[in-house]
Amino acid sequence: MKLTLSWLKDHLQTDRSFEEIVTKLSLVGLEVEGVEDPAAALAPFRVAYVREAEQHPNADRLRVCTVEHADGVSQVVCGAPNAKTGMYGIFAGPGSYIPGTDMKLKPGKIRGVESNGMLVSEREMGLSDEHDGIIELVGEPAIGTPLAEVLGLNDPVIEIGITPNHAEALGIRGIARDLAAAGMGKVKPLGLTRHEGSFDSPIRWHIEPGEAEVYCPAVAGRYFRGVTNCESPTWLKRRLEAIGLRPISALVDITNYVTFDLNRPLHVFDADKVAGDVTMRMARAGEEILALDGKSYALDAETLVIADEKVPEAIGGIMGGEESGCTLETTNVFLEVAYFDPIRVARTGRRLGVTSDARYRFERGIDPEGLTWGIDVATALILQICGGEASRPVLAGTIPAPEQRVALRPERVESLGGVAVAKDRQVAILTELGFSVSERDGVLDCLVPTWRPDVDGEADLVEEVLRIEGYDRIPVTPLPRSGDLPAAVLTPAQRRRTQVRQTLAWRGLDEVITFSFMDGRQAALFGEVDESLRLVNPISSELDVMRPSVLGNLAAALQRNADRGSPDLGLFEVGPIYQDDTPTGEPWLASGLRHGLAVGRQWQGDSRPVDAFDAKADVLAVLEILGAPVENLQTSRDAPAWYHPGQSGQLRLGPNVLAAFGSLHPKVARSYGLKGKTAAFEIFLDRIPFPKAKSKAKAPPEISAFQPVERDLAFVLDREVPAETLVRAARAAERNLVSSVRLFDLYEGSGLPEGKKSLAIAITLQPKTATLTDAEIEAAMAKIVAAVNKASGATLRS
Amino acid sequence: MQDWSAEALGALEAGLLEQVADSSDSASLEAARVAILGRKGSLTEKLKGLSGLAPEDRKDAGRALNKLKQAVEAAIEARKGALQDIELEKQLEAERIDVSLPPRASYVGRLHPLPQTVEELVAIFGEMGFSWAEGPHIEDDFHNFTALNIPPDHPARQEQDTFYLPPDGEGQQKVLRTHTSPVQIRTMMSQKPPIRIICPGRTFRSDHDATHSPMFHQVEGLVIDEATNMGHLKGTLVTFLRAYFGLEDLPVRFRPSYFPFTEPSAEVDIGCDRSGGRLKIGGGKDWLEILGSGMVHPRVLENCGLDPARYQGFAFGMGIERIAMLKYGIPDLRPFFESDIRRMRHYGFLPLEVPSMVRGL
Repeated sequence: MKLTLSWLKDHLQTDRSFEEIVTKLSLVGLEVEGVEDPAAALAPFRVAYVREAEQHPNADRLRVCTVEHADGVSQVVCGAPNAKTGMYGIFAGPGSYIPGTDMKLKPGKIRGVESNGMLVSEREMGLSDEHDGIIELVGEPAIGTPLAEVLGLNDPVIEIGITPNHAEALGIRGIARDLAAAGMGKVKPLGLTRHEGSFDSPIRWHIEPGEAEVYCPAVAGRYFRGVTNCESPTWLKRRLEAIGLRPISALVDITNYVTFDLNRPLHVFDADKVAGDVTMRMARAGEEILALDGKSYALDAETLVIADEKVPEAIGGIMGGEESGCTLETTNVFLEVAYFDPIRVARTGRRLGVTSDARYRFERGIDPEGLTWGIDVATALILQICGGEASRPVLAGTIPAPEQRVALRPERVESLGGVAVAKDRQVAILTELGFSVSERDGVLDCLVPTWRPDVDGEADLVEEVLRIEGYDRIPVTPLPRSGDLPAAVLTPAQRRRTQVRQTLAWRGLDEVITFSFMDGRQAALFGEVDESLRLVNPISSELDVMRPSVLGNLAAALQRNADRGSPDLGLFEVGPIYQDDTPTGEPWLASGLRHGLAVGRQWQGDSRPVDAFDAKADVLAVLEILGAPVENLQTSRDAPAWYHPGQSGQLRLGPNVLAAFGSLHPKVARSYGLKGKTAAFEIFLDRIPFPKAKSKAKAPPEISAFQPVERDLAFVLDREVPAETLVRAARAAERNLVSSVRLFDLYEGSGLPEGKKSLAIAITLQPKTATLTDAEIEAAMAKIVAAVNKASGATLRS
Repeated sequence: MQDWSAEALGALEAGLLEQVADSSDSASLEAARVAILGRKGSLTEKLKGLSGLAPEDRKDAGRALNKLKQAVEAAIEARKGALQDIELEKQLEAERIDVSLPPRASYVGRLHPLPQTVEELVAIFGEMGFSWAEGPHIEDDFHNFTALNIPPDHPARQEQDTFYLPPDGEGQQKVLRTHTSPVQIRTMMSQKPPIRIICPGRTFRSDHDATHSPMFHQVEGLVIDEATNMGHLKGTLVTFLRAYFGLEDLPVRFRPSYFPFTEPSAEVDIGCDRSGGRLKIGGGKDWLEILGSGMVHPRVLENCGLDPARYQGFAFGMGIERIAMLKYGIPDLRPFFESDIRRMRHYGFLPLEVPSMVRGL
């Protein structure tokens, strides 16, 4: 919503400065989004008088002028053909910036004659391309008058963001009312004159019974005959142009003017193009209208049209039709002043996809009483500018007369708003804003003005009082504390996320945040996506389903980085995946993907691509810092299908899968254009059990006084038997003695029977009560070998 | 006949010491030791010769010869130490490496600015007794709109560019939450006041250009009890903004505004300086809009089953990207969601410290 200062002053009697008004607007809730002062750039340029213009002694085309200006008299050398003695022009002194030439004026000599300043052309002012001569003013303007004032450009424009609750501020008068209430002046009377009319309107209004009566409860109008439509007067054109509207013709401009001036949208029909009476009715199937925006709209039974006896001539509350619009040839006019139901206008506007100044206002709710005064305002302007003769007004329907009453307990301003405002002051503010306030038993009974459809509760009135009183009066009060120290506020799951992020970063992975959606075609690589998770209105087909896995987004990111020259990277994200559309269908995962080389080319040894064990190490590091029982984890080979079937696994505690890891399936990697090896993991953070210990105190450590013994054993076993089977068996065989089992060698190949492999483990025996004798060690080792053999079929390698 | 004169013994000692000193490495020193002190060594032989002396002579000669032997043994020990030092020197010289070579590569990843900013929010609001509430991203109409006093035809609802999921059997359509306000609703419906929560998290609107991302992050806050008023709203937000931006005198301005779920409502501006074409937080004469807030609308309380005659409080919300951009000088949204390592490593954080008020933010 734009307005100019002079337009505002039509309604507001004020002696406040422009800056004060601008600041106050924001503080009463009419946020100033921009201020444009066309006069600012023209400030250095003022009216001057050319006392004498003489021929330059050294140049035929130049004149030496003696210029009388606001600050004295200067000699100026001028090349304009129209510079002459006795003329009034515009003088720019030394030091002023000339916008048209992007130059700063300096005093100097031109062909040996001193020149201090210049007489400027319109082009030099950036006002037009006119450069045939300097600006020559008519009449005898006062010397020193600013150029902006001479040109009528001294009217700053303010742009305000209007919130949906302040429909009344979509008219400049409503803005003036708020400013007046906030002490910025007084609202001037509207000065309505009632024009009775001298004849009966040949066109009458009708409202079709039924839905149309709800859509349009009332419509008024009148007929004007013998008008002269023409170009609007300068004052009107200038105002419309200042707020960004294109002047069209006086009749159309008047309707736009009243729309912005008083938030009262109007419409004018060329009466000679309307057949018979006009009716507010629901559109019939198949009807169509060419609207004033030049587009054709198919109408439906939920759309209200204004129709003559033949066809729809306008879309109610939204836009007039091209066919019956006024042109410069129009001589007879029928005026429409209607009230439309906000919700229905909003729905229709959305359905048709039309925005207009009228729709914008009707859907926010206009003052229904405008049906009465709107006629008067429009009539006065039409008769004044276009002449002619007005009929007696016509009306159909019943003008809505909302009598919204809201009670305000004066003490509520303090208990809700935090600041005490005297009751009298509350009454004064509300009265200024148009409320009729009476007091009963200490409660203010407020009749809401018809132009404030948003006010329907006590809290609204508290806001009205506070916004005019000023939010700056509300004290800054600290929230009371519940104790001397803040309590711990994070859940264990929330703390874990931070721990996981820190751990993975320390392991060399960079953290990313990717979209919750992904490309449905690629999502299919990560399992079947439930149809309930496919967006109805995605931004693009590349972001059309909720992600079933984060790995796809990570793969895409890695590919982009590889293209930019960084192929060897690891990325992770801690965030949700989407399994169904219920509140429990969004588990949080730590997902990671490494790509390319784990160890890059280096002078100390060979480079190495990432592999499944990099991912497994990431997973185990995270599980360990989260306190999961890492020793008890089992590795299964049943990772989801997007992993390489032979190079992936899941880590589980019994049936509870905590994480999946492995290389990506080559098909998946290929579909993302990843050329290097991959190592991926997905850790289900919600499934990791929390450590059971309730107390932070720990039991003392078991430190034995006796020498530990380390023995290596090498086994031969079937290649298909998982190493974990062997290690677990060794660990379980002598639970009281074995403190660790570490697998340190894997051998497959020559020297072993086909289908066999050799695994070597280092076993540490830690006695607790006495040093182990050789016999005891031998016995323990024999027991371990037997247990390993039983569990895995492995035999000692000879 | 052996000569036992002092001159002869002196000459012998000098000869043996020279023999020790002449050895150039451990092996030759050992050879010299054997040649002198071995079973058939020269000194051993000489000692054997003592037995052929007369008893009166034997005593003096034996004493002198023993002294000589001790001197030679000491010389051998000394020479041994010296030779070991020389050999160590040689070994160390041989083991010399080029320490200007690069070490084994290792890399510490960077943390994303958004979770980092959330940690900062938690640190500040946690001090004021707020806990961290969470809720689903896929929401129903009730929690995302209706309960928040946004009826279907409300203009505010149309302005939000909602993402929709397919209608279910009853024609109900889930949405991607357009703000984190549904978490407030869920909290009020499941928890008796007093309530103090912040709800940071992902939010979604179907808008994609240089200044809008279809997914972004918001943090909202909610305080509900029987006495919290707009003064507390101001107190809380002024404290937060000054702590977050680390400016004790940051100007903060509250302006009336409109949100369907609050009444009265306020937008909050912070002081800034735009002179010279650069934005600097604090001071100056300009204002920068930073967040929206207000007293929770009585209808919202009612919708959540709370009696508005008894309970009241405030809510606020702001964009996490925006406050992160302002604090850390991030010029646009690209570093947040493009996963471009060049920007992430530039704006990311080392995993050194979890933000905390007492350590300093």
